[in-house]
Amino acid sequence: MPELATPLLQVRDLRVTFQGAEGPLRAVDGVSFDLAAGEILGIVGESGAGKSVTLLSVLGLLGHTGAVVEGSVRFKRRELVGLPPRELQRLRGGDIAMVFQDPMTALTPVYSIGWQIVEQLRAHSGLSKAASKARAIELLAAVGLPNPAVQFERFPHQISGGMRQRAVIAMALSCSPAVLVADEPTSALDVTVQAQILELIHRLRSDFGSAVVLITHDMGVVAGLADRVMVMYAGRVMERGSARALFEAAMHPYTWGLLGSIPPLSGPRPRRLPSIVGMPPAPDAMPSGCVFAPRCAAADARCATRPALPAQGLHAAACVLAPDERAAARARCLQGGLNA
Amino acid sequence: MTRFAATPLLEVRHLSKRYTVGSAFARGGRHTLQAVDDVSFQVWPGETLGLVGESGCGKSTLARCLVRLHEVSDGQLLFEGRDITHLGTRALRPLRPQLQMVFQDADASLNPRRRIGELIAEPLRVHTAMSAAERRARVEELASLVGLRPDQLQRFPHEFSGGQRQRIGIARALALNPRFIVADEPVSALDVSVQAQVINLLADLQERLGLTYLFIAHDLGVVRQVSTRTAVMYLGSIVEMGPADALFDRPAHPYTAALIAAVPRPEVPALGAPRTTAALQGDPPSPLNPPPGCRFHPHCPAATDLCRKDRPALREFGGARMVACHHPLPI
Repeated sequence: MPELATPLLQVRDLRVTFQGAEGPLRAVDGVSFDLAAGEILGIVGESGAGKSVTLLSVLGLLGHTGAVVEGSVRFKRRELVGLPPRELQRLRGGDIAMVFQDPMTALTPVYSIGWQIVEQLRAHSGLSKAASKARAIELLAAVGLPNPAVQFERFPHQISGGMRQRAVIAMALSCSPAVLVADEPTSALDVTVQAQILELIHRLRSDFGSAVVLITHDMGVVAGLADRVMVMYAGRVMERGSARALFEAAMHPYTWGLLGSIPPLSGPRPRRLPSIVGMPPAPDAMPSGCVFAPRCAAADARCATRPALPAQGLHAAACVLAPDERAAARARCLQGGLNA
Repeated sequence: MTRFAATPLLEVRHLSKRYTVGSAFARGGRHTLQAVDDVSFQVWPGETLGLVGESGCGKSTLARCLVRLHEVSDGQLLFEGRDITHLGTRALRPLRPQLQMVFQDADASLNPRRRIGELIAEPLRVHTAMSAAERRARVEELASLVGLRPDQLQRFPHEFSGGQRQRIGIARALALNPRFIVADEPVSALDVSVQAQVINLLADLQERLGLTYLFIAHDLGVVRQVSTRTAVMYLGSIVEMGPADALFDRPAHPYTAALIAAVPRPEVPALGAPRTTAALQGDPPSPLNPPPGCRFHPHCPAATDLCRKDRPALREFGGARMVACHHPLPI
């Protein structure tokens, strides 16, 4: 359990501020989480929730944007915030690897996929050319590419989107990273191919022992893969918990809304889907109290002050609702969502 | 139910669409890509026919053929019993108001330099003799119909969120009182809570205005939610069609079953149960080089020699349902 051992990755009160044309814009506001070795953490939320910015700041990849990153990010007890770019560069691709939504952003079209994996291996591990090639072919086989020795020679445009994403995952795993960050890794793929990639990520955890941070907008993907889940909205964490607790007994009105607006695949079809009223706030017009209150059917006077996310406990929500108020509030939220 | 009306609103008979790709001088030479392959179906007044399939299955090409944005290669297209397959631009013009389309990317269909009010009024200017005052009144009516405020009509597209832009696209499609709307992935680019708002809006409009939809999406949950009947496409052909609830509860085609099984559901499976199950291995075959026999046989768990040789036709199966399979699952 992450509470006992020192977590692999420990993020505390992370705040990311961009310089907007009319003043500073806070994209991430007070995000804290732990990632234990070998664990899969799902970060879920809609566009603009700050999921990707959170991870990019953890990886030190926001340097060119002029964003100000505050708070603490400890990886294997070492503080990453404020680390010089060269040191961060050494971590990325080695100890911490990344997979993004569009595999073409990670692959150059002018070299074969095998060459690109070899380059990564040689940059981080110092293996010889021949050893790197053998390892690359092994990796391509491990991620399920048929005929890995043939695929080694192929260029990104010669293989399908699903195969490209497998190749990128092979590249990410090449240095046996302690942490794999996957940002919407299956969002561009068809559902049958997505199922294969999700199965692959699940298997990799046992084969490679990497911890995974999975960023997605898809509650289904999180439910199928993550051990623990963090729900983000407007730059803040709304709820966190084990996947089971969160999907079976969600505590935050935003989570209720997210889950309620997914059309069911079986059972009776609702005449209308309970959606969430309105839209997320613009970054330059954040509500002062609870950021979700303007869209929340259960909001009351208490929501004018920002609710804190309890630091303790596996399952917690940044919401003023007391446990005995939740059932009635949930019914009110889903009913309100029907008329959105 | 309006389903029993005598004439379907739209009838598609043996429709095919082929493209020639490559060139005689290119490596690999010239090929024919059969994007839509002998597709037949009817859409009845007041219903929603949901069309689902993975990328490259031909669903968008089919949609564009139906509204005559693409020329058909073979087959017939009947609107209210009238053959419109080869009508010229001029003859089509009186029909255009009846047959409208809503696209996935509302952004790409909205001129960024025009105000929303002008954009919604555009079809009225082209197709009607309305005065400026009449147009303004109609635009305000349309705006309130799709949930936009009248004061927003002076704004430009970039000032709106994705969900609102899709509402604008819907308002434009509705401007001329169409009877039939082809919606191609209208909610795919939207976040799930906003997606639900737009799905509800489309359902409300259907009820109020008596619209008929052909609703195309790759998301199975969305298609089930909106359809009266659902058609499943694979590599250019319809492999299964039937009432939505029955089709999703008991799919008859192994591909439909695999597709449904692959959708990650927002529930944590029981302890010990596999958390993710990939029902199919590998990628769908290329429409450039389709396998012989049943197109699905290389991926099908139930394939036999018959499937490898003989291509199954779409046939009636258990009442209102249709399936193109030699060995359909029990329903």
